Amino acid sequence: MQTVKMVVTGPFSAGKTEFIQSVSEIDVVSTERKISGKEERAQKESTTVAMDFGRITVDEDLVLYLFGTPGQKRFDFMWEILSEGMLGFIVMVDSTRPETFREARSILETFRAYAPTPYVVAANKQDKKEAWEIEDIRHALRLDSKVKLLPCTAPDRSSVKAILLELLYSILAEMESGK
Amino acid sequence: MALRGNLRDFTISQLLNLINLAQKTGTLVVESPSEHAHLAFRDGKLAFARIGQEDNGLATVLHKANRISVNQYRAIVERSGQMTDKELGLLLINAGYVSQEDILANLQGHFTEVVRRLFAWVEGSFRFEAEMLPPEDRINVRLDLENIIIEGSRQLREWEQLQDEIPSLDMALKFTDRPLKNVNLSVEEWRVVSYINPKNTMRQIASANKMNEMEVRRIVYGLLQAGLVEVTRAEGAKVAVPARTFPTENKEEQKSLVNKLIGRIRSL
Repeated sequence: MQTVKMVVTGPFSAGKTEFIQSVSEIDVVSTERKISGKEERAQKESTTVAMDFGRITVDEDLVLYLFGTPGQKRFDFMWEILSEGMLGFIVMVDSTRPETFREARSILETFRAYAPTPYVVAANKQDKKEAWEIEDIRHALRLDSKVKLLPCTAPDRSSVKAILLELLYSILAEMESGK
Repeated sequence: MALRGNLRDFTISQLLNLINLAQKTGTLVVESPSEHAHLAFRDGKLAFARIGQEDNGLATVLHKANRISVNQYRAIVERSGQMTDKELGLLLINAGYVSQEDILANLQGHFTEVVRRLFAWVEGSFRFEAEMLPPEDRINVRLDLENIIIEGSRQLREWEQLQDEIPSLDMALKFTDRPLKNVNLSVEEWRVVSYINPKNTMRQIASANKMNEMEVRRIVYGLLQAGLVEVTRAEGAKVAVPARTFPTENKEEQKSLVNKLIGRIRSL
């Protein structure tokens, strides 16, 4: 059995667990724990402290694993471990919470430093009225125009599929360019 | 859709950077607990700025800049009546009191000063109103934002925030497509700029310039904010994580594997 993996990262409450849940064929294995900070508690009751883990079986010889990183900064020691051997990564950002954009940028830079693998950025919650426009998010995150920044609605499977496919297209393009 | 938020999360220089890069037209409304400000932009350039209800009419600006005397100022205020700033400007130019360049330079100086004052605002909210265009009855300028952004970025002092903005000094920098001209850089900033090259990590640049981590981070942050440079992986950098991402070393098998994944995701 061959296995490959992708990592879904991003700030606290960006929608990583939901993203993986939308496409995983197993119930997402996640270690959820009560939130520590008062401000964070206002967002949601529990968060991922170790990792989320989802699976997509391709055929009897190949399985894709999706790993979600813990969003709270005090668990960032896990990030490098989770990034080992990844095909690529997805950075999720909550389009309605500009207060998390700085952290998203920091996480993106950290992951880029870990490994030179392709990545895409998913602007989650684009269905919400208070969501920032994609191009505004691009500038706020200081993303080059070549970086794929895609609208996303994590509970919507077709939206999640589109993000995963774009990442796979990037991986393929990079292989074909011989990098 | 919304472009709104809090000044604790977005500094004024970051907002200016966003407006500059996105070449936005509209008005940035900033509300602090005690004051509010309107900054109007056209195509990403500052057109007009005002804090609260402060009088920043043309006569006042020229008077404060000593371009017209107290008596001239009083006469203008008494006689101008319902005259707009544009009409007043034409009148002053035709009367030979000031030149068009004088008017624009003084307004630019005044608006820049308004933005400088905003850099001190750390509490409050902001929103960008795309429909609120620069006021038509006032003289609009076209002020490039890069220098103001760099100036504002110099005021970022907090180590933790800089650490968040630039988490790794082992990355390199490269110039963006924006030309590096008419930008006012300090000696230290120029020293950093002179080493910018995808082969040099920020750590190496700091070392070559005998700067500490805080100093180089602060300078790089300003250059990033002004959109002059971007972070890139250093050429020839060692990859910290073993790059064994595929179960096979064969390139064709790897491609086939990715194509299988694509097929599977499509079928979900």
